[in-house]
Amino acid sequence: MSSAEVRSLERPADRLRRRRVANRAMELLAWLAAASAVAILVIVVFSVAKQGASALNFDFLTKTQVPFAPPNVHQGLANAFVGTLVIVGIATALALPVGILIAIYVNEFARPPVRYGIGLVIDILAGVPAIVIGFFVFGLIVVAHGQSGWAGGFALAVLMLPLVSRTTIEVLALVPNSLREAALGVGAPRWRATLGIVLPQTIGGVLTGATLAVARVAGETAPLLFTSSLVTNNIDWNPSHPLQTVPVAIFELSESPDPADHARAWAAAFVLLIFILFASLTARWLATRSRRKLGRAAG
Amino acid sequence: MSTLDTTTDVARRPLSGRRAHLGDLLLQGAAGLAALGAVVLVGLIAYKIVQGAKLSLSTFGLGFITHVGWDPVHLSFGAGSFLFGTAITSIGALILATPLSIGIALFLTELAPGGIRGPVTALVETLAAIPSVVIGLWGILVLGPVLRDHVEPFLHSALGFIPLFGPPNSAGTGIFTAILILTIMILPIISSISRELFLSVPGELKEGALGLGTTRWEMVRGVVIPYTRGGVAAAVILGLGRALGEAIAVAQVIGAFTGISWNLFNPGNTLASMIALNYQGASSGLELSSLIYLALILLVFSIIVNIVAQLIVRRVAKRQGLAQ
Repeated sequence: MSSAEVRSLERPADRLRRRRVANRAMELLAWLAAASAVAILVIVVFSVAKQGASALNFDFLTKTQVPFAPPNVHQGLANAFVGTLVIVGIATALALPVGILIAIYVNEFARPPVRYGIGLVIDILAGVPAIVIGFFVFGLIVVAHGQSGWAGGFALAVLMLPLVSRTTIEVLALVPNSLREAALGVGAPRWRATLGIVLPQTIGGVLTGATLAVARVAGETAPLLFTSSLVTNNIDWNPSHPLQTVPVAIFELSESPDPADHARAWAAAFVLLIFILFASLTARWLATRSRRKLGRAAG
Repeated sequence: MSTLDTTTDVARRPLSGRRAHLGDLLLQGAAGLAALGAVVLVGLIAYKIVQGAKLSLSTFGLGFITHVGWDPVHLSFGAGSFLFGTAITSIGALILATPLSIGIALFLTELAPGGIRGPVTALVETLAAIPSVVIGLWGILVLGPVLRDHVEPFLHSALGFIPLFGPPNSAGTGIFTAILILTIMILPIISSISRELFLSVPGELKEGALGLGTTRWEMVRGVVIPYTRGGVAAAVILGLGRALGEAIAVAQVIGAFTGISWNLFNPGNTLASMIALNYQGASSGLELSSLIYLALILLVFSIIVNIVAQLIVRRVAKRQGLAQ
């Protein structure tokens, strides 16, 4: 109340100036907020690139770690790169078809209340912390069968599933209904209309979602700690064994007190970051392309 | 409009009453099975976590939640100190990230010159793509030492009368480092959702306010923020969900300490980081079960947080759908 009285006593010119100053200050703060976010990204990427590049060499990608090796012996994390490849491959093979099928059900078959319910379930699944998913797969598979690449791949698939199905639902909803009607109208059965006409329209969007999901789970550590972490230093392609992965290797090396381990952690982080940034850029490019194409079809 | 709606229904109606094709039945069956699978999966996650925690649940009951201490020798376990750690790190991160994110979103929607709007949006989204283990690595080896040598002594000397800013510890790891790392991780989530919400504010409302002679900030405070308040709240809650569940980056920088300390520069532990740090095995069945009990608490939190956020999001989407 009193502040309003004070305000009314101000001369109009002063009040205008005060409002302008407040506006300027707020604009400056917004600029600063955006600049700080960009600065953080630049600093993190620059640190990883600087420290990682100096420790990175060809042997790092092709050789494995030798315990108690003299410092002049080049060591690598080839086993981790192989393991990540195998486990992310398993996860993608499991999550991609199931995720697409869920999206087809939600978009093409389900009645609205069911659609709403499954959408909520997918969102809940997306919100389950990765470390809890690790314990879930631990209880489901590891307790009975031990750690393995399969268990790790399954855990990552659980993380990928909501990502894949959510993006696929979004792009399926963009496909114009006239296409579905045209296909049904010329007598195509429902399954051919869906798989042969509707789904191919969304291929760009589905690929975008899949690429982003791969980039996301390739860097996940938490679900693998309990499912595929008790590993050897040998290169191993067999998913029946627990396999070393790049994120788990970075986590372990970062906890070590040895500076040589830190250098290896930076190099592994650099490789992982290059892969993930490359995948994100690819996804962005795919997304713009497919949006343009869908836009044309709708127009 | 209404004719379009009816054709939508016909084109997507479930296959009852229509001449069913074998392929149609197969596709609907497979798709329905997959959707059912997702529902079963969520149930199975809850079931397996409860099952794993059963031993600890029956030994300690609900007292586990508030008991402070983790003693594998005397088999006495409790979640109290980790709940404290989770609460203080998540709340700290939200306090820092919420105004920053709203600032970023306002910059991107109201202030940014056309040429840098797209690139800055892309850069902020790229921040979300950096894996937590890499941010954590940067947190221990780069951020931690800077905080220890410069920021923490400064904060202590300037604000040391507040118990939160006590004497810095020598490691550079601790609750404060974890708060900053979590802030970096939830920043892109809150700002990208807020940006979309701010974009949805009708132009007429904003122009109307500006036309009445408000400054840009008064327009934001009077039109943009009230219009998007619910959605921004949901974005903050989703950020909270992410901060609660983050295990790896926090485990790397928080310094693993069981107990309650109000000094932000001391080490601590959260529910998620405690689990992550014990992945190499528990010394007893009861300890393992107690770790899964921690996961159960985390699961309950994350489900509540997500349902609340999604309900708000859906309500906002519906309201905006009606408004248009």
